[in-house]
Amino acid sequence: MLLKEETHILDIESIRADFPILSRRINNYPLVYFDNGATTQKPKQVVDAISHYYSNTNSNIHRGVHTLSREATEAFETARKTIASHFNIKNDQQIIFTAGTTDSLNILSNGLTQSVLRPGDEIILSSYEHHSNILTWQLWAERNSGKLKVIPLKDDHSLDYSALENLITPKTKLISVAHVSNTLGLITDLDKIKTLAKKHNLIVVIDGAQSAPHMKVDLEKLDVDFFVCSAHKIYGPTGTGILYMSDKWLKQLPTTKPGGGTIKTVTFEKTEYAEGALRFEPGTPNIEGVIGFATAINYLNRFGIEKIHQYETELVNYAQDKLAEIPEVIVYGKSKEKAAVISFNVKDTHPFDVGTLLDKYGIAVRTGHHCTQPLMNLLCVPGTVRISFGIYNTKSEIDFFIEKLKKVITMLK
Amino acid sequence: MTEILGIENEITEEFELFGDDWEGKYEHLIDLGKSLPKIKEEYKTDENIIQGCQSRVWLHSEKQGDKIIFTADSDAIITKGMVALMIRVLSDHTAKEIIEAKLEFIDKIGLKEHLSPTRANGLVSMINRMKMDAVKLV
Repeated sequence: MLLKEETHILDIESIRADFPILSRRINNYPLVYFDNGATTQKPKQVVDAISHYYSNTNSNIHRGVHTLSREATEAFETARKTIASHFNIKNDQQIIFTAGTTDSLNILSNGLTQSVLRPGDEIILSSYEHHSNILTWQLWAERNSGKLKVIPLKDDHSLDYSALENLITPKTKLISVAHVSNTLGLITDLDKIKTLAKKHNLIVVIDGAQSAPHMKVDLEKLDVDFFVCSAHKIYGPTGTGILYMSDKWLKQLPTTKPGGGTIKTVTFEKTEYAEGALRFEPGTPNIEGVIGFATAINYLNRFGIEKIHQYETELVNYAQDKLAEIPEVIVYGKSKEKAAVISFNVKDTHPFDVGTLLDKYGIAVRTGHHCTQPLMNLLCVPGTVRISFGIYNTKSEIDFFIEKLKKVITMLK
Repeated sequence: MTEILGIENEITEEFELFGDDWEGKYEHLIDLGKSLPKIKEEYKTDENIIQGCQSRVWLHSEKQGDKIIFTADSDAIITKGMVALMIRVLSDHTAKEIIEAKLEFIDKIGLKEHLSPTRANGLVSMINRMKMDAVKLV
């Protein structure tokens, strides 16, 4: 839905034409897809790349001598280079392909458990972490008498960085935080986190699931130990993601998922593991997923992630201003420093009701706890309604959403 | 025709009046939710919670004579409207009638989406619990 020329930053009309699903009608209304935080839609370029791979190149990668295997391997390794370059990483081996953010966090926490984490150690998380970035550390803590400490929220729902240093003790080993809160959209101040981490020699893990789709992430400049994200939130396919690790960890982190492809030599007595990314990529990987991921990255880079960020920030500010005009609406974590995500509730209504009725108007929003139950408890709500934008959303869609939200509020009164 | 089927047909006719007007249909459902008699606070126990992924339902079942009486509540009003419909159909019937009820009216009145397996509401689990309770209370 693009009723009028809205912006000169991006040619949204032609971008929308690349996403076939956007022409769907839901309950006789044009689809308004505001659930990009959960997963983005895929441009036809990504769908075509996957289809092309299976129609022309499909073969298992890495050890084949035949033409198809060489072509598939080349496509897979070219994808690694594309993604490394997108995140400004010179050594592409630091990009390890995984099944997604959750898988990446599991691989790295298991590796750290077997190497540097000791019983009684402490790990720092933030109040707005996704369950994925809580559970794997919690499991470690339960099994190793470890402790999780949490950066508290301020009244405006941003993190209270001034409380961070007091959480750090000689036993603190690691800090793992979301770059962008998947529920509130707030951008974490990584400079503050990194400064303290450096001072106290802490390992820094960044969950970039919600930042990579919306803003420039320069991993060389960011200079953290680990960074993880998922392809499907960046217009790529599901079941694919990356685990970036610094050069030091690439050499040191033990593999906890051994399997075909991760080795140099195997005897029944001893196995010598491969070097680089392959050491962490057991079994036949998600080849078409990786190729689709790189295609999505190339697609975004046609426009430039900085421009996308600028456009989406415009959408967020526009929507926040419109929401502020509705007296029944409570927005959580209201800030201008947001990445394409807004969480809100309507006074005296359950988010489930709001989401159910918006769906009847063809508007896809997410409702519930967004896999951040500890945050919901801090906000004292059972859940929220979350709208999250992507490259193809428009101010006209926001206008339509606001109009229908007002109608929904009347219906629920 | 069983008594339960009679009530199901009555509800189907009631909703047919709205035709394609889904807004009217949902407003009616919301009204039904609002007018659902309150469950006694003492019955809103953890044991009586049917946990959906998002909205929750509390269900209390008891036997009066040979009939089973259900009272319930939900924190979401649309779910509560659905709960009100289920109570109107199933409550105050014998265990046998409750167990054998096919509940095809939900599809007929165009609210089948609330029985989807997304786990968003506790409705599917609620129907199962109503039938299980009926079995237990026979």
